Amino acid sequence: MTTQTALIEVRDLTNAFGPQVVHQHLDLDVMRGEILGIVGGSGTGKSVLLRSIVGLQRPTAGSVKVFGENLLDLSPEKRSQVERRFGVLFQSGALFSSLTVLENIALPLIEHAGLSRDEAEGLAVVKLALAGLPESAAYKYPDSLSGGMIKRAALARALALDPEIVFLDEPTAGLDPISAAAFDQLILTLRDALGLTVFLVTHDLDTLYTICDRVAVLSQKRVLVAGDLTTVAATKDAWVHDYFHGPRGRAALQASARLTENN
Amino acid sequence: MTSVALRLDTAVTPAQLFVSGDWTLPHYSQLSRDVARMRPQLDAATGVQLAGLQGLDTSGAALLADLLGAERLIDLAATDPSLNPARQALLNSVGSALRTYCQPEKPKARAGLADVLAHIGVFVASLWERIAALLGFIGLVLETLVRGLFSPRRWRVTSLVSNIEQTGLDAVPIVVLLTFMVGAVVAFLGATVLANFGATIYTVNLVAFAFLREFGVLLTAILMAGRTASAFTAQIGSMKANEEIDAIRTLGLNPIELLVLPRVLALLMSLPILTFLAMISGILGGAVVCLLVLNISPTMYLTILQTIEVQHLLVGLVKAPVFAFLIAVIGCLEGFKVSGSAQSVGEHTTSAVVQSIFVVILLDAVAAMFFMEMGW
Repeated sequence: MTTQTALIEVRDLTNAFGPQVVHQHLDLDVMRGEILGIVGGSGTGKSVLLRSIVGLQRPTAGSVKVFGENLLDLSPEKRSQVERRFGVLFQSGALFSSLTVLENIALPLIEHAGLSRDEAEGLAVVKLALAGLPESAAYKYPDSLSGGMIKRAALARALALDPEIVFLDEPTAGLDPISAAAFDQLILTLRDALGLTVFLVTHDLDTLYTICDRVAVLSQKRVLVAGDLTTVAATKDAWVHDYFHGPRGRAALQASARLTENN
Repeated sequence: MTSVALRLDTAVTPAQLFVSGDWTLPHYSQLSRDVARMRPQLDAATGVQLAGLQGLDTSGAALLADLLGAERLIDLAATDPSLNPARQALLNSVGSALRTYCQPEKPKARAGLADVLAHIGVFVASLWERIAALLGFIGLVLETLVRGLFSPRRWRVTSLVSNIEQTGLDAVPIVVLLTFMVGAVVAFLGATVLANFGATIYTVNLVAFAFLREFGVLLTAILMAGRTASAFTAQIGSMKANEEIDAIRTLGLNPIELLVLPRVLALLMSLPILTFLAMISGILGGAVVCLLVLNISPTMYLTILQTIEVQHLLVGLVKAPVFAFLIAVIGCLEGFKVSGSAQSVGEHTTSAVVQSIFVVILLDAVAAMFFMEMGW
């Protein structure tokens, strides 16, 4: 699946908020078609990295290129065109609370793809089905949805324009294990079906073991190591060791090993 | 894109449908028209050739599902040799997702007139509930106030002082500026109308009476309703939406004592002071106009002012605490009514401002009649 072309190139990125330096000389590549998991302790700037890449946060220094373009240097029209090629699932969903689920998904279709309202809502129903939401959720408002349904609806909105990259910020946080596993499978299916590149910020070890092709560890203000799970888990670093070889890490490893055997 | 995306060849049996071109989002409108045109001509026996297919994304796959049916699409994904694995997976996922899916039922939009009547009905029915809720809340606040009065340890002095700064001190410039200008306007009005009777000197009395009895307190209260009631609702409302109120409750604390009392007390102290400043400022505005337009010197102006009895000042000032209490209580109560969404915060903020201005003006009208009948 993975071909060696980098869709996202982060070079020498530095992010600082006042005296507090979050990233320093950070380098990262995201390849086409891969699912890249970003892990790191709380406060190591995982979300800040995501925000820097999608252009919501101007880096203090360094460059971020998405599809070979530096978002912050583009004119508003060109930037909007590039932004249509990626979808973002924010940590708490960020669905527009004044619109129904269906309208949330139809909005980018109406605004960017130039569809009529009926066409857009028809297509939005397909995205709902793909994201695994029940029909009954279509005309509900976000405040009457459960956490798992909000995540699915937000994913459906992120996928509305058939993006090439999706950024997922802790997609399984706050979901019960069954929903979380189903969400993992959903991402895997969609990646295979749509040829997506997935940038996944997560704390969920099961997600890492089940779906990620590569894992990048953020530590000491940079990407400490990036590679497949065995490489990363073998890294000689106290934090990485605790993370992957702690009780939860071992359990997730065993679970994924059992899963591979059964298949 | 090729001009014809769908071509039906009826020369052979069974008929063959040729699908070609880009089936992607930019061509969606055109394609959906083609699909609608072609669908009635197909039957179960028609063969489907996907070899000419160029671009394909979920919207294209959805249209194919629309054209052929989800079952057929899944079959096709499994059997058509011209599809690469990624396409197969895409058609299969879209087909499987849509197979068990029925079109969600749109909630019925009500007819115009019925909707209006229903709206009026709901409003009238909720009016009593709102009044009951307001009275209940006032009771709750007073009860908490009295309980807290005797245990100084529970006085929230820091919060109170910070609220006084926000609602009182920060509002001084706008209150003073606004009443100064209204004072000038009233004086102009008096000068024009009273000139006809040769009684321009009474402009001083007009301005003084107006500001001492009514305008000082009314203008300040309306400003506070717009500025402070909305702030209280937004502050408490976003705390409610963020479950902070629930957190306060589960920590065994009383949100009324923690959030409402400091705000109510702060406005109770600020509004009378602001009212007094408003009166002074309005009278000053009148004095400037009197000096510039009517040549009434400040000394003369003050001399006339001294003939006005102090009870008029008291009539104005006595209303201030009542207004303050109601504005603060309505603002806080609307904050507690917020549910979940950002939309709800907006609705209740609007409602708080409208209600508090309404209550202020209504009470002021009642008070004006009362004071007049009493001869005060």
